[in-house]
Amino acid sequence: MNEIIIEPNKGIKLFWKELWSYRELFFFLVWKDILVRYKQTVIGIAWSVIRPLLTMIVLTIIFGKLAKLPSGNIPYPILVFAAMLPWQFFSNTLSTSSNSLISNQNMVSKIYFPRIILPTTAMVVSLIDFLISFLILVAMMIWYNFYPGWKIMALPLLMILATLTSLGAGYWISAMNVKYRDFRIVIPFIIQFGLYISPVGFSSNVVPEKWRLLYSLNPMVGVIDGFRWAISGNDVSLYLPGLVISICLSLLLFVYGAMFFYKTERNFADII
Amino acid sequence: MPSIITAENLSKSYIIGHQKQNRYITLSGSMMHTARGVWQRIRHPLSPNRETIDLEEFWALKDVSFDIKQGERVGIIGRNGAGKSTLLKILSRITEPTSGRVRIKGHVASLLEVGTGFHPELTGRENIYLNGAILGMARQEIRKNFDEIVAFAEIENFLDTPVKRYSSGMYVRLAFAVAAHLEPEILIIDEVLAVGDIAFQKKCLGKMENVSRQGRTILFVSHNMGAIRQLCTRAAMLDHGQIVSTGAVDSVIDKYLKGESTSINGTATADPAKTLQSIAFIDYGSNNLTSVLAGSGGIFRVHYDAAKKTLSNVGVTIAIYDLYGIKAATLSTYHARNSPTIESLSGKGFIDCRMEEIPLTPGQYRVNVAFDWPNSHEGIVNGVLLTVLPSDYLGPSRMKAEETGFVLVKHKWII
Repeated sequence: MNEIIIEPNKGIKLFWKELWSYRELFFFLVWKDILVRYKQTVIGIAWSVIRPLLTMIVLTIIFGKLAKLPSGNIPYPILVFAAMLPWQFFSNTLSTSSNSLISNQNMVSKIYFPRIILPTTAMVVSLIDFLISFLILVAMMIWYNFYPGWKIMALPLLMILATLTSLGAGYWISAMNVKYRDFRIVIPFIIQFGLYISPVGFSSNVVPEKWRLLYSLNPMVGVIDGFRWAISGNDVSLYLPGLVISICLSLLLFVYGAMFFYKTERNFADII
Repeated sequence: MPSIITAENLSKSYIIGHQKQNRYITLSGSMMHTARGVWQRIRHPLSPNRETIDLEEFWALKDVSFDIKQGERVGIIGRNGAGKSTLLKILSRITEPTSGRVRIKGHVASLLEVGTGFHPELTGRENIYLNGAILGMARQEIRKNFDEIVAFAEIENFLDTPVKRYSSGMYVRLAFAVAAHLEPEILIIDEVLAVGDIAFQKKCLGKMENVSRQGRTILFVSHNMGAIRQLCTRAAMLDHGQIVSTGAVDSVIDKYLKGESTSINGTATADPAKTLQSIAFIDYGSNNLTSVLAGSGGIFRVHYDAAKKTLSNVGVTIAIYDLYGIKAATLSTYHARNSPTIESLSGKGFIDCRMEEIPLTPGQYRVNVAFDWPNSHEGIVNGVLLTVLPSDYLGPSRMKAEETGFVLVKHKWII
């Protein structure tokens, strides 16, 4: 029979064991989030295809046709879409995970489970959205007769990078949000602002060389550029120092976010 | 029997005062606060920190130790704020103790609220699975119990309707049904039986009794003394974060009820600002009574103090509840035969309500009293605790008291 000892400051060893034993709850929460989203809608799951498609069209028109930013030989919609995928994933994860604790307030204060499940669930749901959007991208590439090279193999690694970045930020902000509701207000703003300072609607090449390193301090820049590089083949060169900075920052953010979450977790039920 | 839960010197403190006043602390507020503290430190490095003075430590639990053996059903009673819920929250690991430790052997499921995690948009079927998972049931376990849960909740026809369209009764029934089919070694329950209609409450209690017969250990918090008495083998009474009494259920409950009634009946707690002062049960010779034979007479004496303000058009209502919280009777100036409208009430005094016969089934009753007058009212909850004792009001009976129902109706058989 398993024995539980409850005392102030539980150990980290227990944490991993527990996380594993609650995998079923994790699965159910993901399932709930997906199920709930398109309830009582007429076209249901089709929304998850229409939403990214519409955003892509808007961005293509604004940046490609009106602002006439250069895209090289790549069809502009693909250039935009390749960048939009990781950005959408990041922003969805960030906004849902940072609100995940307060939107499940009654669960946090009435039920015991490893709290880190909640923000992580938000990430998995965004990941599913990402996969749907990715299929749209594949369809677009077929439409434009555009074939990526071997570089596409780098995508999973870049996805890991995007995941770490968004989870790290999500853990940190969701934990802060429990105490300081300011973040609930700040997050939509960060996301809106982030879209313009990340190379989603344009290519990073338009950023002057001397600012490039500074620009890379935005961890999503490395990921987005990487995506574009991996998908669009040889026409785009990868800015390596930027990628290295991105990798370091993402890892740092993830470790810090998770640690912060773990440290503050014990007080959630008392202050939420 | 081996101990299954051992708690040693369990304490939990909360910081109240400053934080309590603004619960939604903002970052800027907190930053200002910190900055001011730092500034104070720079200017007066040796003075006590002024910012900490308005923070007050509140001990919700203080040095609580106990030992629960496998298969015991322990009822935890106490007034609001005694620390019952905090204790359960620590045992269910929702919050950490400030000091002390608990050793628990076995899987714990806790039910601090009915329907936690229910999503209004999901159907009954979907919510059963979701809520089951949230309460810690494995998927096969839910699947195995699914039909039973549905039958228990009596919602067969609404399985595929979103629960937001359920009546509140259906909602609560479904939520309880899921929880009732948990099969942990230790079950922690906080005042959740007080849901649904009376028939359903009885069904829930029955279900809980079944569960406990399978050797599970149960910790049960309730204000419903009847339920505690029916379900538990032992009881503990908490007061101000400490265990003040443990032992057999009846003796602890008696102690609790006595404490309750003296603190309410006693002159110490009579609110001088109120007109309605107290209520007492007396015999025809004005002697205070705590018990009465079923079917015999007595008087409820309601004391008032209207020296400061004279009231007019006062109505008085006395309500008698059993320990399950079910109203057994009301005595009111609104329906008494001589229908006395109290046109004005001034000075100090009392009003009597005389009953020639009290046809209540033997058992314990709590009595509330209320005054009301145009635009306002006052009340006393649990002003009297009255024990109705068995008697031969209906003649010698071969029936058990609990089989007879609420009221004793005088009757005759014609054969």
